[in-house]
Formats: sequence, structure tokens, C-alpha cells
Amino acid sequence: MEFCQMTIHQLHELLKKLEVTSKEATASVFKRIKEIESQVHAYVTLTEELAMQQAQEADTRIEKGEMTLLTGIPLALKDILCTNGIRTTCSSRILEKFIPPFDATVVSKLKAAGAVFTGKTNMDEFAMGSSTETSCFGVTRNPWDLDRVPGGSSGGSAAAVAAGECIAATGSDTGGSIRQPASLCGITGLKPTYGRISRFGLIAFASSLDQIGPMTKDVEDTAILLNFLCGHDPKDSTSINLPVPDYTLALKKDLKGMKLGIPDEYFIEGLDPEVREAIEKAIKVMEGLGAKTCRVSLPHTRYALAIYYLIAPSEASSNLARYDGVKYGFRSKDGGGLMEMYLTSRSQGFGPEVKRRIMLGTYALSAGYYDAYYRKASQGRTLIRNDFEEAFKECDLIVTPTAPTPAFKLGEKTTDPLQMYLSDIFTIPCNLAGLPGISIPCGFSKEGLPIGLQLLAPSFQEEKLIHGAYAFEQATEFHKKKPKL
Amino acid sequence: MIDRKEVEHVARLARLIYTPEEIELFTHQLNAILNYFEQLKELDTTGIEPTSHAIPLSNVFRGDDVKDSLPVEATLSNAPDKKDDCFRVPKIIE
Repeated sequence: MEFCQMTIHQLHELLKKLEVTSKEATASVFKRIKEIESQVHAYVTLTEELAMQQAQEADTRIEKGEMTLLTGIPLALKDILCTNGIRTTCSSRILEKFIPPFDATVVSKLKAAGAVFTGKTNMDEFAMGSSTETSCFGVTRNPWDLDRVPGGSSGGSAAAVAAGECIAATGSDTGGSIRQPASLCGITGLKPTYGRISRFGLIAFASSLDQIGPMTKDVEDTAILLNFLCGHDPKDSTSINLPVPDYTLALKKDLKGMKLGIPDEYFIEGLDPEVREAIEKAIKVMEGLGAKTCRVSLPHTRYALAIYYLIAPSEASSNLARYDGVKYGFRSKDGGGLMEMYLTSRSQGFGPEVKRRIMLGTYALSAGYYDAYYRKASQGRTLIRNDFEEAFKECDLIVTPTAPTPAFKLGEKTTDPLQMYLSDIFTIPCNLAGLPGISIPCGFSKEGLPIGLQLLAPSFQEEKLIHGAYAFEQATEFHKKKPKL
Repeated sequence: MIDRKEVEHVARLARLIYTPEEIELFTHQLNAILNYFEQLKELDTTGIEPTSHAIPLSNVFRGDDVKDSLPVEATLSNAPDKKDDCFRVPKIIE
């Protein structure tokens, strides 16, 4: 196997035994990038020079016997995480030339562990999208079928992991932006509990929903990355001060004593029959490993999409008010006075989907509509949380499809925003409730497209996700299949 | 329902400007989305507390300690326009 196709734990073993150097492994990743990046377009910015330098430093560290599990491992960063001295664009024209003067906390943590950074991955502009088609740098293509989307918004990270253009990656998830592209690209993606990982240096979309998480080739890698990413940060007052368990201890192969809840509300009209079949088969596999199943009800699920598309754009309209062409970011040259400068800079700097959401949020928060929209949605959010609280009295994990369909065609949903929003229907409730969720590969459609299984757990019980996902993965072969490129 | 005039008003609040064609398109698209939101009216939320954050956290305090802040040069490094350690903007008062 080429080094670029390996997992973190596989490559780590070789690095530790000095059978490969980080420089060789990193070179293998960049060789792969040179071969296929023109077809996939997973990256906005490649940092080869920095990567080779970091690999050199990692090799010195390994020789001294001072390595961590991430030392010398080539990782990709979603272009929403601030990187000191490296352009960070959020795939938006308004940040096209933005070079952050500081690192996001998760970037500092990965650096301290000795990781190597391959570059910054493409995404929907400001993480607003489900297909990576709203990027101002052009679309990312799904490595399994280049005519299809990789999902979004972390589509660049998902495609890079699936295609071997990095060993693993980071993503961010506001309404499914890690899990949905993981599902569409046949990889593993985990959104942790709200507050589990510091968001300092994560460019804000919707602050009560955003979370950073790992996107990897298997569940063990997800556990490893979580160990490095989680934890309280005084720079993020929404991060929770709770001890971080060793998630690799949850890598267990049987599911005896585990109770899985199957929510009727997720097996609805609009769910692709092949997806339904794959999920039903996956549940059988988990039963075979000793899990018990029960039906649970999440009665407010059908309102989740409307609730989300009120809350997230409302928060976004406020967060994105900072882009005014004054302190950083794009300034239009067309403006006369200050007001014209604001108007032209924002109108030329933001793309259509971002503007649509700013408009939606501004409207929902504006005088006379606040109670009918924002307040109503926030109350609905409480009902969604209560649903999960009740359901988790009956079970340890909830099992659902990650996305209603496998990867759709490029351009298929770009003209109808509502159709695009519907592709997040199964991932959104988890964000509203702040819960952790994981997507793992659980099958392929007749056309050879990956299908994802989603597991949801109660807050701060990521170990249960790792346990359930690992047991299923180890009993199946889906995660080993690679796209032919 | 939202009409063109209201879309123009919201655009102004959001500090955005549009061509007449864009206003037309946005009015159409926003109405489709707002129409979808109508289903929330079915939801009985009497006496339900709104959730603003999923994890209950309030009043996160820290000591009032002096710490390093970003140097002026770094802070200004991305400024579209600057002068003498300041961000420079177009003239505000004519």
C-alpha cells in the first residue's frame, strides 16, 4: 500500500519502527496530490514547503524517541481554521487574501503533537452549503464519481481523505458539515458534543451550533485525533471544563449490553431505498455483535430543518456583520463614502448563498418578526432536545442514515436552495441538541457510491459512538474500499 | 409573504445592495423558504423556554489579568487601508 493511503495508526507504526520517514510519507501524499488534484480539487491552498519542513522536524523528533501518535503524520485542515501566516479563506472572496496572525487552538494542538500540514481544504463558502459548490474557488469533486458532489460543507476534507490526498483531516459541523460529506465520500467523520473542542480560531458561522471534528479513514483514527483535539480552552468560553477520556479505550469489538434506538421519524418518504436497505442491514450486523434494538420516537424531527434554517442564518447574519472592509478582508474600490464602502465590499465579497442566509437571518431577527421566527425556532429547539432526552432513557445510541441519498450530481440542487437544505435533514437535529454524532461507511449503492450510517449519543458520551462505530467497522469491509481514480 | 420592497429594506439592514434582477430572484427564493417555515405554526410552544445554547453554561468568568495582545503590526497586517498605526476608512463627514 502507498503511504498516502494509510491510516494514522498504520503510518505511525512504520514511523516508530523507522521503516519510513515522515519526509517519505509526506512526499507520497504530495505525489498523490500531483496526480489527482486537478480532477478532485480538494484543496484551496497547498503548503508543500511547510509540510516538508515540518516532516523534517518530525523525523528529528522521532529519532530522539519523542514522538506522539501524530508526529510526522500529514493532515489537511479545513480552510475555516485560522493558521498563522497561511492564507485562510473560508472559500470566500471576502477573505481571499486573509492571512491570520494567529493559530486556531486546534491548529496549535496539532502542531505541538508534531503533525505535518498538507494544506487548507475547500469548503462551501463560510460553511454554508451541503455540496462544496458555493466555494468561490470552484467545486470539489467526489472521488467515487467525478460528476458528483463530495457533500459539504467540509467536502474538500472528505474528498482529500477518501482520495489519499492526506492521511486524515479536520472539518467543522454546524448542521452536518462533517458527517454528510463523510457519508458521501465513504469515510469516517465525527461531530463532538457542543463544547468538547475549542473553537478559538474557527471562523464563526452559527456560534450555538458550530463544532470542529475529525475526518478519517477509520474509527481508530477518529479516536486518536479526538484525544488530541478535545479539551477546555480559556480562549473559548463555550468550551467545557470536563476531563477528556482516552477515546482509544472505547475501541471494542462486541456490542453486548449496548441498546440501539431506531427512530421511526428517520425512515421517511424521500429516503433512498438503497440507503434504507444498507441501514437495515447495518442494524442486523450490530445485532449480530450482541446489540439489542428498540424503536424510539423523536416526534419533533420534521420541524428540525425549519428550526435550523431560522437559527443558523440568524446567528450567521450577526457573525458576518464583521466583514465590513475595514480591519481585514476585501474592500471594494467602487465605494464613495463609508456606507457605500460597506455596501459594495459586502455585496461583491459574499457569494449568493451567503447573502441569501444573511438576508434570511436579518429578516428573522428584524423588528416585528423576531417572535414569530427566531423565538419560535428557539422554543422548537427545546422540544428537539427534549425528544432526544426522552429517547436516550430507552437506549445508548440512536441509529439513523446520515444522508437521505448517496452523492448527488454536481449542479443538481444549486438552483433550488430548499432542495439543497433537505440533504441535511438527518444531521441537523443532533446540532440543535448539541449531541455528538458519527458517520461511518455502511454500504454502497448499485452505482458504487458510498452510503453512511449515523450514530448519535448523549452529550459528552463520544466513547459510546467510538465503541458502536468501531465494532461495526471491524465486522465489515466497507471502510477498506477505495475509489478508483 | 415578503415583497420586493421589504427585500430591499432587509438588504439595506444587512448592508447589501442588489441589482433589480437579484432582488427579483431573492424575493422568489426567500418566499419559498419562508413558506416552508410556515409549518412551525403547527408547533405548540406554549410555556416552552427557548434554547439559545445546547449546553447550559452561564456567566463564564475569568480573572481580570493583563495579558499580551496582538502587536499593532500584526493587527494591521490585513487592513485594506491603514495610516499611522490606524485603520483608514473613507471620509465619514462631508
